[in-house]
Amino acid sequence: MYDFNTLYEAKTVKEALILRNEHPEALILAGGSDILIKLHEGKLSGCDLINIFGLDQLRGITMEPDGSIIIRPLCSFTDVATHPLILEHIPVLGEAVNQIGGPQIRNIGTIGGNICNGVTSADSASTLKAYDASLELTSVDGIRILPYAEFNFGPGKVDLKQNEILTGIRISKESWEHTYGHYIKYAMRKAMDIATLGCSVNVRLSDDKNTIDRFRIAFGVAAPTPIRSVTAEASANGHALDDELLHMVGEGSLVDVMPRSSWRASKEFRLHLVKELARRATIAAIEKAGGKING
Amino acid sequence: MARKLVSCTVNGTKRHYHIDVRASLSDMLRNEEGLDSIKHGCDVGECGACTVLIDGKPFNSCIYLAIWAEGKSILTVEGLNDVKTGISDIQQAFIDAGAVQCGFCTPGFIMASIPIIESDKPASRDEIRRQVAGNLCRCTGYEKIVDAIEKTQKKRIAERKSSS
Repeated sequence: MYDFNTLYEAKTVKEALILRNEHPEALILAGGSDILIKLHEGKLSGCDLINIFGLDQLRGITMEPDGSIIIRPLCSFTDVATHPLILEHIPVLGEAVNQIGGPQIRNIGTIGGNICNGVTSADSASTLKAYDASLELTSVDGIRILPYAEFNFGPGKVDLKQNEILTGIRISKESWEHTYGHYIKYAMRKAMDIATLGCSVNVRLSDDKNTIDRFRIAFGVAAPTPIRSVTAEASANGHALDDELLHMVGEGSLVDVMPRSSWRASKEFRLHLVKELARRATIAAIEKAGGKING
Repeated sequence: MARKLVSCTVNGTKRHYHIDVRASLSDMLRNEEGLDSIKHGCDVGECGACTVLIDGKPFNSCIYLAIWAEGKSILTVEGLNDVKTGISDIQQAFIDAGAVQCGFCTPGFIMASIPIIESDKPASRDEIRRQVAGNLCRCTGYEKIVDAIEKTQKKRIAERKSSS
């Protein structure tokens, strides 16, 4: 038995929003792979829950007429990793969430839960940041669109108002078109592990594939929240595909990150990983885009 | 505490349970249905000993609310047995390969392996390992388990080819 107090059941998104408004202290229960585990560990005893797991309106991945890809928050990691739109346009996101846990966890864990938890190690977070995703946050008062870049305040703290529910994750066509990404999760085990460090890079090359047209890079576990490195991005944009680019991406990343020592790894090792994973992910993304370093 | 009626299909039979909303799926299937193949190992989604198939996909039943099973079809190891032919090929393969030692993890591994052996796409040993990465075994060292799954998968693919 889970030791929660009241389970409020929403049958529609509207009902969920009304419940959320009436019970601001209640936690939103999506796939439960964080909340139900914490309950079994005795950490959330006596909490109230709003169950939104059954809301199929919050599932699915679609393309809008303007080419934006909308991922609904209750999509499981398996849903994301196997969806044709993701495989075709943002395969790196599928590759990233495919590295979470094991099959059972990927079948239940949701992408919305992954980012609303606000932890820096969320495997979907760095790729969504690197693709400049925006979030659709809905309350009884209406819809608020927020750049995902502004969502994380600190560890476990996100800009989700007491009466809001995440109802959509949007990646604009401008972000994914002609863009190729690569994610590296550095962990101690091949499965069922949390990232020691994660790095997601995506590039859009010039037509002749000789220079970077647009470079984006984000990290997980390199700071209290998932972060993009604007310094690395600024130094890479317009740059030729050479060793200097790789050097500047690595050094630029080091300017923006602020990792800490934890039982998983020391700060020094994480800084080393930041530079090395930035380099490796950049090379891989450029190769996927049809470019070549020193080519 | 609040109770709720849950209607679902368990091992091919339509069932109804009047269940405490705080129950996990593993609580419901073990306590109401006596399906003891489902093990409460870690209770936090790490070990996979409670794995069941829900609409054909593996889930940890320890971190799944019983009420979420409404309208779903659930399969456990008990549902693999055939009255006429006895235990299933994958169970026999685990026995033959020596993939069972203490046996506690075995039902979970067998359920996690069902999507592999039912797929027409041959899985490499690495892919098999990836598919059962959510299940822990502290006895066998995994090799025999991979052997059993690999062998059953090959047998099933051959059977499907010869019957089509």
